Amino acid sequence: MTLSIPDAWRIKAQSRLTDGETITGHLELNLDAQLNFTHNLLLITDCRLIDLGSDCDYPYRDTLTLQHRDHGGVGRIELFDGASRLTCWFYTLAHNAAATRFIKQFNQQQACARTGLPAAPDAPELCPDCLTPLDQGECPHCSITLNAPPRAWTLLRLWRFARPYQWQLLSGFLLMLASTAATLVPPYLTMPLMDKVLIPYQNGKPIDFVIVSWLLAGLLGSALLAWGLGWAKTYILALVSERIGADLRTITYEHLLRLSLEYFGGKRTGDLMSRIGSESDRICVFLSLHLLDFATDVLMIVMTAAILFSINPWLALVTLVPLPFIAWMIHNVRDRLRTGFEKIDRVWSEVSNVLADTIPGIRVVKAFAQERREAEHFHVANAHNLQVNDRINKIWSLFTPSVSLLTEIGLLVVWAFGIWQVSNNEITVGVLTAFLAYISRFYARLDSMSRIVSVTQKAAAGAKRIFDILDHVSSVPEPANPVHLGQIEGRIDLKGAGFRYGNRAVIKDLNLTIQPGEMIGLVGHSGSGKSTLVNLMCRFYDVSEGSISIDGVNIKSLPVSEYRRHIGLVLQDPFLFFGSIAENIAYGKPDATRAEIVAAAHAAHAHEFILRLPHGYDSLVGERGHGLSGGERQRISIARALLIDPRILILDEATASVDTETEKEIQKALDNLVHGRTTIAIAHRLSTLHKANRLVVLDKGEVVEIGSHDELMATQGAYYRLYQAQARNVDTDLNDVPAIQTDNKVSA
Amino acid sequence: MNSFQLIRNAAGQLVLTRNGESHAGIVPVRAFPIAAPDECISLMGIDGHEHVWIEKLSDVSDDIQTLILEELAHREFTPEIGRIRSVSSFATPSSWQVETDRGDTELLLKAEDHIRRLSASALLITDGHGVSFLIRNTENLDAHSRKLLDRFL
Repeated sequence: MTLSIPDAWRIKAQSRLTDGETITGHLELNLDAQLNFTHNLLLITDCRLIDLGSDCDYPYRDTLTLQHRDHGGVGRIELFDGASRLTCWFYTLAHNAAATRFIKQFNQQQACARTGLPAAPDAPELCPDCLTPLDQGECPHCSITLNAPPRAWTLLRLWRFARPYQWQLLSGFLLMLASTAATLVPPYLTMPLMDKVLIPYQNGKPIDFVIVSWLLAGLLGSALLAWGLGWAKTYILALVSERIGADLRTITYEHLLRLSLEYFGGKRTGDLMSRIGSESDRICVFLSLHLLDFATDVLMIVMTAAILFSINPWLALVTLVPLPFIAWMIHNVRDRLRTGFEKIDRVWSEVSNVLADTIPGIRVVKAFAQERREAEHFHVANAHNLQVNDRINKIWSLFTPSVSLLTEIGLLVVWAFGIWQVSNNEITVGVLTAFLAYISRFYARLDSMSRIVSVTQKAAAGAKRIFDILDHVSSVPEPANPVHLGQIEGRIDLKGAGFRYGNRAVIKDLNLTIQPGEMIGLVGHSGSGKSTLVNLMCRFYDVSEGSISIDGVNIKSLPVSEYRRHIGLVLQDPFLFFGSIAENIAYGKPDATRAEIVAAAHAAHAHEFILRLPHGYDSLVGERGHGLSGGERQRISIARALLIDPRILILDEATASVDTETEKEIQKALDNLVHGRTTIAIAHRLSTLHKANRLVVLDKGEVVEIGSHDELMATQGAYYRLYQAQARNVDTDLNDVPAIQTDNKVSA
Repeated sequence: MNSFQLIRNAAGQLVLTRNGESHAGIVPVRAFPIAAPDECISLMGIDGHEHVWIEKLSDVSDDIQTLILEELAHREFTPEIGRIRSVSSFATPSSWQVETDRGDTELLLKAEDHIRRLSASALLITDGHGVSFLIRNTENLDAHSRKLLDRFL
């Protein structure tokens, strides 16, 4: 059997093997004993463990054991001979799953060496992360591609949003072409006005009023035409760009809602709000105003250049000389400006983050009289903002005057060359006047064109930050080939499930099977991983190791929303949305009939108190259900869970925040809810779990005990101690440590 | 209060002896690993309870200091970035090729806010696998690294 060891190690590995020895497993290490980055490989063969980095090898003995643990992003594997440690290897957690597998293989091989029996038939190769069988070396669940969107063309990606409006865009463009052409007529008419009317008059000829009136009518007509066309084009294109902006906002928000809790945990509200709100608006303004102007300018320049060349190529050439310089300058400044504006955006969200952090916590700020310090925070963020702005303004302020200077120099060149040509009788005075009229427009446009650099960069930076959201692949991805489950039974299997938050392992190698209709009570100190486990079961996060299956199907292969429809969740602090009570109860099933809503409220023991409210089921509840007591809100959320009739029910400290009297009321409601469903309940008052079929006691992310209340009391283990502690002091909460608050916030 | 003994046993664990009781598997923990690495060190048991609190490392004997530092060196892993060679993209996720005081490696930056500003010039970057990389002073990076880094700040 040849196992796929990395190519770089193949030769070295071969040289260490004896005849007939086969490799059955390997582990890549990337740290040495001093925790420096290096490369090393451990091999498992049928008779020993080989360390390729040193000259050591360890033939199997009964006393050899491997242990692994990790801390702060570094994992270590220790090799023990009995009680003494032989050696220790280190790796970063990128190799953690492989290390776990490596230890399993080691134990397997050692057992084989001891018993002399051949190894168990090779199981299909499993994904090191989630233990599902690999499909041609790639795990169907875990293959994540590192997407690197091109940055220079970010704005072009907006085409995706513009496509639905392509016909409006085309007509807008044609109008733009026509209106630009119309604005170019007047300077052309100055030529005959000068050469055929004014100059002959100076030379003694009378003014031909017919020609004059024709020419003046032409001037007026073209102005009116340009006005009408310009109005139509601006209107159409502004309309379209506003719609593109709106689509962009909606799609970004929709995408954002689909991202996992992990994403929201790592982002700050202020930042997300500014991205979706102000930056999509900035893109919209860019499209409707600046891009439009720019396109007009480009058309104008091209058309003007064509007209100038048709009149007099030489003079035209001289006129256009400053153009490449300006283009070069624009190009040169572009990069600096873009990064600068990206920075300003980030600093700007820093400023709004300070606001978003402080305003919701205003009670704490005032209670501790820290207004001054919070003001100072804001001041610092603002100062940073100023500093970044100052830096970019330094470049920016030099830029515009330089363009103006080049413009003036350009005019000067045209005057000089034009006078010289007139003196040589190569052109008429009229031609020179027309040229000057054209190019003063022309350069004025160049000046405004140079402004496009900054607004484009601003818009591109904004677009990049929006596409950052759009490109973010949910860490709870939709399966490529979804499996559809019709009606489910509700059997849940956790196999070697592990989860780490950053570099902290919150759940470790957890194995648990929950039968359909069974009620499981999760018990443990705060921080023991109860809420995390529930979040994993809801697939708010994905397990980092192992798998969770429902009715034998990995939950990663089910469409996320379809899966969650089977789950009813009742949280400690129920969140009620702004709206009527009926809407809140029907939140998970908006098309529920009134009868269904009332039935759910009945079962949740909420019906009567709802009727006591002035507007019954139509009473409005505020953002967090102001005006309702904790128990009342909780019963509404129970009704909400009942209405979707889930097969799996999760109660996360459902009765934690209410008094004992209300708890009894809620408990009655819950008993209705639990009936016939697979239920996972977290409770810190152990007495509320008396209906549970089994209790699972967690400690530091590991299952320490499983069994019914009576069994666990009999064994006098961890559960017994918890129970005794509560019995001694009724007021003792398991969760009197404030840390649980943050746990619940994640799940709420 | 500081009358305790600390030795390393054959299993490679630290053993604390105090008031006639000994505890194996002692773990030294820095309370302020970034703000004050050499002050406020706690010796914790495997059960997660604190046994000894050391206000300053210099308060204990040299032998114990050596043992503690040795153990900390195996537990603490914050490579310091000296140079950023290249980044795969300026949008996240982005993988960076970096040179650190612990050798060259690659880090995966999942999002820009995994770069945490410790002070005006110091940054802490948490990579996708949970390793924290430190940039002690951005001013000390070379121009190329600063330019790359700047795009993410």
